[in-house]
Amino acid sequence: MLAFLIRRIAQAAVVMFVISLISFSIQDNLGDPLRELVGQAVSEQERNALREEMGLNDPFLTQYWRFAKKAVQGDLGDSYFFKEPALQVILKKLPATLELVFGATLIIVLLSVPLGVFSAIRPRHWLSKLVMGVSIIGISIPVFLTAILLMYVFAIELGLMPSFGRGELVHVFGYWDSGFFTWDGIKHLILPSIALSSIMLPLFIRLIRSEMMEVLESEYVRYAWAKGLNPKRIYFLHALKNTMLPVITVGGVQIGTMVAYTILTETVFQWPGMGFLFLEAVNRVDTPLIVAYLIVVGAIFVITNTIVDLIYGLVNPTVKLAGKQ
Amino acid sequence: MKKTLGIIAGAVLSLGLVNANAATLKLALDADPVSLDPHEQLSGGTLQLSHWLFDPLIRWTKDLTFEPRLAEKWERVDDLTMRFHLRKDVKFHSGNTFTAKDVKWTFDRLKQSPDFKGIFEPFADVKIVDDYTIDLVTKEPFPLVLNNATYLFPMDSAFYSGTDDNGQPKDLLVKHGNSFASRKASGTGPFTVSYREQGVKVEFARYPGYWDTKSPGNVDKMILTPIKEDPTRVAALLSGDVDYIAPVPPTDLKRIESDKNSKLVTMSGTRIITFQMNQNRRAEFKDPRVRLAINYAINQEAISDKIMKGFSTPAAQLSPKGYLGYNADLKPRFDLKKAKELMKEAGYEKGFSITMMAPNNRYVNDEKIAQAAAAMLAKINIKVDLKTLPKAQYWPEFDARSADIMMIGWHSDTEDSNNFYEFLVMCPNTETGAGQYNSGNYCNPKVDEMVKEANKVTDTKKRAEIMQNIEKTLYDEGAFIPLHWQDLAWASKKNVGAEEVLNVMDFPYFGDLVIK
Repeated sequence: MLAFLIRRIAQAAVVMFVISLISFSIQDNLGDPLRELVGQAVSEQERNALREEMGLNDPFLTQYWRFAKKAVQGDLGDSYFFKEPALQVILKKLPATLELVFGATLIIVLLSVPLGVFSAIRPRHWLSKLVMGVSIIGISIPVFLTAILLMYVFAIELGLMPSFGRGELVHVFGYWDSGFFTWDGIKHLILPSIALSSIMLPLFIRLIRSEMMEVLESEYVRYAWAKGLNPKRIYFLHALKNTMLPVITVGGVQIGTMVAYTILTETVFQWPGMGFLFLEAVNRVDTPLIVAYLIVVGAIFVITNTIVDLIYGLVNPTVKLAGKQ
Repeated sequence: MKKTLGIIAGAVLSLGLVNANAATLKLALDADPVSLDPHEQLSGGTLQLSHWLFDPLIRWTKDLTFEPRLAEKWERVDDLTMRFHLRKDVKFHSGNTFTAKDVKWTFDRLKQSPDFKGIFEPFADVKIVDDYTIDLVTKEPFPLVLNNATYLFPMDSAFYSGTDDNGQPKDLLVKHGNSFASRKASGTGPFTVSYREQGVKVEFARYPGYWDTKSPGNVDKMILTPIKEDPTRVAALLSGDVDYIAPVPPTDLKRIESDKNSKLVTMSGTRIITFQMNQNRRAEFKDPRVRLAINYAINQEAISDKIMKGFSTPAAQLSPKGYLGYNADLKPRFDLKKAKELMKEAGYEKGFSITMMAPNNRYVNDEKIAQAAAAMLAKINIKVDLKTLPKAQYWPEFDARSADIMMIGWHSDTEDSNNFYEFLVMCPNTETGAGQYNSGNYCNPKVDEMVKEANKVTDTKKRAEIMQNIEKTLYDEGAFIPLHWQDLAWASKKNVGAEEVLNVMDFPYFGDLVIK
């Protein structure tokens, strides 16, 4: 277990290094940060002087070395726009994004398992056919379109839901202000969560359905039927447990992907999270913030994958973790 | 004890009466201010904020005249000197009293700002005559003293003196640092910042000691949320979550007009959108006949109608109506036959191929306009290889002059025609900074002479004559391709008196806003 974790941390360090190198090398192609910092009438000489002052004219390796030296001490540079350490800016926005991802995950878990299992057990039932049909549509519509449609119907036409932002928040601790403790906060969470889950939900319903159908065909389930076990016990204890193994693997990877999808959802709903922050940073050529974001998201991917591997071991004790002898 | 309670109750009651019609304004803009420091960046956002937290000496009115703010009246002393009499009994948010030394202090700081020093370059000094009188002295006779005085928002010199917690001077002016002035502000304006989370929201509270007690404004709290996405900003207004939005995307104008709870305020704007033909890259563009042919081939009215949905004014010159340089004789001149003739005359009947670049998120419909222009040029056999880029990547390309035809929009910081000429059509000169945005390298010494002259003449009529002559010369030589002036649009709920406080500069004076 310990060896496994150590190996994972070493892997993470390499991943971070590569990400930082890549994001650093693309920054020249993102545009000129000075353009976003000064007014249009400021002369080229003036801009060049500022660029010099900020060290942007130095050769690539000099700039990277300066960045790397600070980065190993946890300082990823200051955001041009926020004028604060980039890491701090991102960590402040992290809770908002995690709450959104949590809201979407909640919807996915609560809906995909019963619907997936039901359509596996009763594939010819009209409800199963409906679920399958709707899920095809769900997969094919892009997230931002779903988001705008939801907003149009529920915020503008029906006036039931707020159109943007997080609403009333309750301070929990540190940077964490939560929207889960007030009705207003929850109302603000509903549409973005649905929009964010709209891609993953159909995927999971289909995955659970096909895995479940496969498991129901297997020898041990037939044996269980032959033994005359209670159907509930067969479906929900014996079959479901084995169905969930691949689902957890895919799920872990997808939670990471979902962090990426938050960029679209957050932008449409003006959700003050990391994804929205990232898109804004790209627009403003806030390079320190872009680099820091990529590193943080890289870290999230590594962490979720590690956790998934650990859970996997718990659900199925026969699986051996790499490095665990 | 009872007496004290009674007094308190009375006080509370009277306060209640005073605030009986006080209102909260929730507004959504496409971005929030980058900094509380009014000298950090010369941008529309900074100036809007300056009008809320500070007051200028004088400000623009709706019909482009000046009205007194911190300067009660002003008079010309001699060719170089303009005297301003300052308002007495004005308090800064910190409680300090506003005097002439604050004006002087602010002026000196403006001279240090990379963004603002260009505007204050013609000025030599601010001389303090007495506590409430100053002289603004220019280096040479300068016609735009009042225009530029609208940029002078006196800051609280005592408040910004000394050092902050980090040991930095409080008046430190930096672009990318956590300076005191970028976080804290003390002005004389109608509002103070009560809460600010950058990129998420800014809350303003009305300053109880605001000097302008005659202002009808009844907004005592203002909550600004930046909403970047156009559809979301519109949705926020239509669903009633905010009271005011700007800018309004052209695609949603009808939607808002037809909404029973909202109203639309529009004005024809002053930002000109143009294409420039690079004569250093293409020998063809050195021939005025080719430049004119292109001008005849572009149909400004069609672009305005079809692409802008009528949300712009077709242009044939730089100066919009209302500016001194506006020449009423110059009209858009779409004429395909004439264009073809000119091409033939110049020996390019078969045409040629060129490259074109335009941004795709800087101006309203910029990408579509460029596509339409490319299609129009195809009719006179000019094949266009068009590339559009996000503004962040476009500006470095523009600085490098990377294409034969490039799009540029311009708004005059001084609300005066000469600003257009100085940046867009004067012969490029890196030393003086003239023609900094003249990617076409159009260069006519006669025009340069006239621009310089117009900068010295203080007689309005004579200036107008010179500048209208400049427009005529540019028109006749086809110096560039004017397209249109973008219209401005704002939207609010019906009970918000937005139209009263809006103007063509897009500086909403929310201090005077009335919400019923």
